[in-house]
Amino acid sequence: MDFTYTIYIVLIPLFAFLVNGLLGHKIKDSISGVFATLALGVSAILSYFTAYNYFFKVGKVDGVYEKITAFNTTWINFTDKLHIDLGVLIDPISVMMLVVITTVSLLVHIYSLGYMKGDEGFTRFYAYLSLFTFSMLGLVVATNIFQMYMFWELVGLSSYLLIGYYYTKPSAVAASKKAFIVTRFADLGFLVGILFLSFTTGTFDFITLNENASILAQAAPLGFMGLSVLTWAVILIFIGGAGKSAMFPLHIWLPDAMEGPTPVSALIHAATMVVAGVYLVARLFPIFSAVDPIALEIVAIVGGVSSLFAAIIACTQIDIKRVLAFSTMSQIGYMMLALGVSGMGEEGTGFMASMFHLFTHAMFKALLFLGAGSIIHAVHSNNLTDMGNLRKYMPITHITFLIACLAIAGVPPFSGFFSKDEILVAAMNHNPIYFWIEWAVAGLTAFYMFRLYFGIFWANDKKHDHAHESPFSMTLPLVILAIAATFAGFVPFNELVTSDGGFLDIHIHWNIALPSIAIGLVGILVAYIFYKKESSLPSKMEKSVGSLYTYAYNKFYIDEVYMFVTKKIIFNKISTPIAWFDRNVIDASMDSIANITNYFSDKIKTIQSGQLQQYITAFIAAVLILVFIFNYLIS
Amino acid sequence: MDITNFLIMKQELLLTLITLFILVSEIFVSDKRRIIPIAIVLFGIHTLFGFLYNSYGSIFGGMYQNSELVNLMKNILNLGVFIVLLQSSTWLLKEENENKISEFFILTFSTLIGMNFMISSGDFLMFYLGLELATIPMAALVAYNTYDKKSSESGLKLIMSAAFSSAVMLFGISLIYGQFGTLYFSELLSADMTSPLLILAFLMFISGLSFKISLVPFHFWTADVYEGAPTNVTSYLSVISKGAAVFIFNILLFTVFRNIVDVWSDVLYVLAILTMTIGNLFAIRQTNIKRFLAFSSVAQAGFILLGLLGTNELGMATVIYFILIYIFSNLAAFGVVSSIENNSGKLNIEDYNGLYHTNPNMSLLMMLSLFSLAGIPPLAGFFGKFFLFTAAAQNGYYWLIFIAVINATISLYYYLIVVKAMFINKNDSPIEKISNNWYMKTSYIICLIGLIVIGFYSDIFEYINQISIGI
Repeated sequence: MDFTYTIYIVLIPLFAFLVNGLLGHKIKDSISGVFATLALGVSAILSYFTAYNYFFKVGKVDGVYEKITAFNTTWINFTDKLHIDLGVLIDPISVMMLVVITTVSLLVHIYSLGYMKGDEGFTRFYAYLSLFTFSMLGLVVATNIFQMYMFWELVGLSSYLLIGYYYTKPSAVAASKKAFIVTRFADLGFLVGILFLSFTTGTFDFITLNENASILAQAAPLGFMGLSVLTWAVILIFIGGAGKSAMFPLHIWLPDAMEGPTPVSALIHAATMVVAGVYLVARLFPIFSAVDPIALEIVAIVGGVSSLFAAIIACTQIDIKRVLAFSTMSQIGYMMLALGVSGMGEEGTGFMASMFHLFTHAMFKALLFLGAGSIIHAVHSNNLTDMGNLRKYMPITHITFLIACLAIAGVPPFSGFFSKDEILVAAMNHNPIYFWIEWAVAGLTAFYMFRLYFGIFWANDKKHDHAHESPFSMTLPLVILAIAATFAGFVPFNELVTSDGGFLDIHIHWNIALPSIAIGLVGILVAYIFYKKESSLPSKMEKSVGSLYTYAYNKFYIDEVYMFVTKKIIFNKISTPIAWFDRNVIDASMDSIANITNYFSDKIKTIQSGQLQQYITAFIAAVLILVFIFNYLIS
Repeated sequence: MDITNFLIMKQELLLTLITLFILVSEIFVSDKRRIIPIAIVLFGIHTLFGFLYNSYGSIFGGMYQNSELVNLMKNILNLGVFIVLLQSSTWLLKEENENKISEFFILTFSTLIGMNFMISSGDFLMFYLGLELATIPMAALVAYNTYDKKSSESGLKLIMSAAFSSAVMLFGISLIYGQFGTLYFSELLSADMTSPLLILAFLMFISGLSFKISLVPFHFWTADVYEGAPTNVTSYLSVISKGAAVFIFNILLFTVFRNIVDVWSDVLYVLAILTMTIGNLFAIRQTNIKRFLAFSSVAQAGFILLGLLGTNELGMATVIYFILIYIFSNLAAFGVVSSIENNSGKLNIEDYNGLYHTNPNMSLLMMLSLFSLAGIPPLAGFFGKFFLFTAAAQNGYYWLIFIAVINATISLYYYLIVVKAMFINKNDSPIEKISNNWYMKTSYIICLIGLIVIGFYSDIFEYINQISIGI
């Protein structure tokens, strides 16, 4: 089976971007939107076709899914050994990601036809969306880490453009800059990691890296603090991944990124870009598990801390998109933790669970965001306090949102239950502490999601004058995603996507599933009591936990810590002296060179006197001096 | 005598015929302004013929020789002269010049004939004759604006300093003749020139040529003459006359003086540093655009010496290539300057303030030409300079290149001053919108194409490099 055509999955969105980006001003809004949507539809169909062929027809050789390089071209050739390739790598995780990205992106494209209707920058929006989709697809199919890095940056760029889409709004501009700078800063770690990695191993290529992971890890020279260079390399690479995936403490950009249009949040900041960090770790997983165990332990700890931290904050926020943003961070924490506790092969429950959760999460979180968009579209506010009683006005949004909440809360048989269960199993096998943390987080998740649900759709008897159900183009994606969120849990990931491509034997562990269902139901119940009807219970609760509530509400002041470090320490103590040095030493020496040049220029002007006799004297003097030099001094 | 012998000398013969034709037609044409299209068309045909029906060899017992390389040099000069003629139309059509239009063409063509003979010369005598033929009518051209004191003064300055430099040069040639009893280049090829007397002769000889190329310290006449001469004559002087001198300099160094390459590379080393640095230092201070371009062309000559220091075919090719680019860059700049002078009479750099708002196209062309002169990629000037540096680098002149790079930076500064004046500086009464005639427009388009295309079309350089090997 020839997979060369998969290159078009990536190139078609690029083409759509070029058409809308370059010719957008000449195209009618409606046409450009439909064009981009159709283009993505083609990409999506090709992705499904690829997935079908790969998973069910030709991918499996001797019971193991093999990695196929479907397309490869050398982009820059420095030397025989050092060359940068661009290509398409087909393996279970990349095919799975192709499906996720094109599905969510296609639905977001359709959804935006309604949501962004009449917006001034309609074609610009679609151009950016296509650019993002192209970048993300290029990232997941990368055959080598350098290509991945390039698309990684492109993804960052298109995310920047989309967050700052409403560029007349100062808060959106600030948020886009914040997102770009924070992730860019983390990417520095990624870049250094790539340099370490490729310098030690002599290759960028994923297949070479992963197949020889254990040999390379043993051969790698010792580096710093008792860890090998390769260990440091993967830790640095993980920093890049943590930045993109908004892991603690690099998460500060994600809540602000909600300034972008809501469909963008659904696509980029819920389903695709933010899981790039997870994908990166998964892509290099053989290396991660071959180097010193500390690397994966760091991944697990960062994931665990992030998930708990974000879940606590999510319970206190009143901006519904911010609640979802923190929820996303928390759920990605789950995925990271699952990777961190995983091993290879038979021990690979965590890896499989992580990919599984990535898949189900993409569906229900995109659904939540699009549902939130539908609600915001109706009430023109992000604040929970402006909502309530909306079930009567928006039945479809209501039901689909409820399904998504049940899925994320881990209620069987919705998809979130299965993937979360596998993560908890993997955590338990590795270290019970991780299990208990994530178990608590599961409870918090159920609580804050249903707080949101009851707050939006029940809570009071408010009258909404303008609220109405959204148009078909917006409800259709909701329904499709609701179906996906319900049934995605039945996809047999243990057969399809595992750490070594083989079959993984799993079954439901009731000793773990029952407590997790129980805590989920408790969370829902508490939310029901607190928020189903207006009551004084929540405020009493807030008072009783006191300062913890204030801390959580202010996101534990992490933003303020960053401001303190950058403004007070970096700007004042480091940047100011450097700026002084630049102005007074570097600039000044340049200025003095210019002044000296000018000075000489001024001094010699008298020799151009305009008098012919002087010119001729100079002429003959020059001849004589030259003769003197060359006949008497030299020779 | 069969026709091929005529074909060998075809360029000079054709030009002489054209000159005579204009001389005669002046009598019969009642409206003198009609001479302009006649002369331009005839010269255009001549330029085209330069590329066709070529025959190479030497005649008159070796006094005159023609080769593919020499012919290419003549063609390059023809191209430049063609642009100069197009650009002088506005100036010649002015009322005060009405009675002497044909003079301009006759004098210009005479000097060009002289230059052609000079490049084609096979011995020092022919070389000297060509040189004088190229210089004496030039003085008349410089003094063309008879009633303008400055023009007359610069004509006088040119003829006197040229006479002096010729004298020094002839002295050098006579010493060579005294030693070897011959003036033929071919016979001097194997001559041993290392004795102090011959080094003296050599230095005297090249000081005469350095005068033509205006290398420091033989450049003093340049600024005064360039400023006083009519702008179109200045452009002719600074581009064509200088180009021709560089060509013959190139040929002589690589043939007759090949044996003393050690001596002349040291001399050129010194002259290159002096020329670049002093030229630049003077250029910084200029407020008159013509003087400014004069000194910039002095500095450019210093860069040309870098290519000569390559001391092989590559060096030779880079120099010819550079001259080709230099013609387009400098003539574009002079074209704009002359158009502005003839329409508004303004010649100071500060008069150019705000030019972009009234004459955007001319400002853009001026900017491109100045960027090309400064050597900013992707314009042709960058490649020209880059190849010159490469030529010098292959002989290990790294310090010289370092100095050249510093000078290139200084030159960027003063070129940018003009660009800044045109684009950024504000002006309450900028030069008004100028509408150029189609002669001028054609010349602009030719220059623009040259500026952009030559750098990218690598076949040109390959061709020059390939035919340089024969020398």
